[in-house]
Amino acid sequence: MGQTLRLKVNGVERIDEVEPRLLLVYYLREVCGLTGTHVGCDTSQCGACTVLLAGAPVKSCNMLALQAEGASLTTIEGLAAPGELHPLQTAFWEQHGLQCGFCTPGFIMAATALLADNPDPSDEEIGRGLEGNLCRCTGYVNIRKAVKAAGEAVRAGAAAPMGG
Amino acid sequence: MIPAAFEYSRAHSVTEAVAQLREAGPEAKVIAGGQSLLPMMRMRLARPAHLVDVNAVRELDYVRVEDGHLRVGAMTRHVTLARSEVVQRHLPLLAEMASEVGDAQIRSRGTLGGVMAHADAAGDYPTLATMLDAMIVTDRRRIAAGDFFQHLFTTPLDLDELVCEVVFPVAAGPRRYLKFRRRLFDWAIVGAGVQRTEAGWRVGLTHVGPTPVRARGVEAALASGATPVEAAAHASDGLEPTSDVRATADFRLHLARVLTRRALEQAA
Repeated sequence: MGQTLRLKVNGVERIDEVEPRLLLVYYLREVCGLTGTHVGCDTSQCGACTVLLAGAPVKSCNMLALQAEGASLTTIEGLAAPGELHPLQTAFWEQHGLQCGFCTPGFIMAATALLADNPDPSDEEIGRGLEGNLCRCTGYVNIRKAVKAAGEAVRAGAAAPMGG
Repeated sequence: MIPAAFEYSRAHSVTEAVAQLREAGPEAKVIAGGQSLLPMMRMRLARPAHLVDVNAVRELDYVRVEDGHLRVGAMTRHVTLARSEVVQRHLPLLAEMASEVGDAQIRSRGTLGGVMAHADAAGDYPTLATMLDAMIVTDRRRIAAGDFFQHLFTTPLDLDELVCEVVFPVAAGPRRYLKFRRRLFDWAIVGAGVQRTEAGWRVGLTHVGPTPVRARGVEAALASGATPVEAAAHASDGLEPTSDVRATADFRLHLARVLTRRALEQAA
């Protein structure tokens, strides 16, 4: 039996009928069609499904869609205007912060929250800030470089670190 | 993995939450942050027929100091505890524990009350509550932490009872909480916490049995002048941990002693 869900996704108001057991990640992918948010481990460990809930990073596989009632969500699609890249997206590209790219949306969303709190994180702070995200092919060295480069870009006055 | 179907209702106050629990019957469960409950439901280890969501119960999201006690609302999230200047000033060990629960995403959602009511043997806050004699306040009574954690995932809470607040004594002296774990975001395989109070050291252990343990042998040894090394040797006194895939019982006893010694040596 469906229940009404009202929320804002990437700045757009939505009203949908959803089943209580629908997880937020499936709501985003299958109801909103926003497939940039990935289902990785499906056991709330890998962080590939990370989105921002009122600016805070959350694992969307570990929340019911109905728990986002009234909230403002940002997914990877909402970080930059169509055709443009957020400084983190540019930095992951330029610093080779990805290989297969499956974990990348989650890393970028978690890193967005990290840089919003701390635009100049140390290696240790980046490690801690991204401890909830796993990469299984590139490793973390270039991801760390990308976050640092994005932090520099943000501090130098590129787009604000917070998306939509 | 998709949870089994359930009914869902959203409460906006404590009164509403209790009424919804009562109406939904014995197969209902409270969902707070959901960071433990949802994984269990997805693996079908839990199949509640009804969830009462208390995330909109704003009256339970607060931190305040009154009469030498730190009162924390049950819906206060880990990230809030970690960043709260009030907690950092009056019970810094709680803020330090909060900053090391799970990972950043889990800390955005998980709550103090949820950890208490869930009563996982590897939970960190239950150890702090037990070693400091905190009180768990529900919609109908106050329960001492020592009576609250009865067994694995087992508390005296009635089926329609809601954890509303945890009342800790303030303590800002030397303290340390150490967890042994394989990965940064894992639960403690064993944890040890120490806190210097006006009445002497309090020492607690995590995941050395079905409930948190107050290491009274270590406290007594310290009170009679033992060094950290001498006192920590008592950390495993009377414990009967079980073996699992992460650690044997003997290794857990070893960890209890070593982590207690390190926590005492590093306490600041």
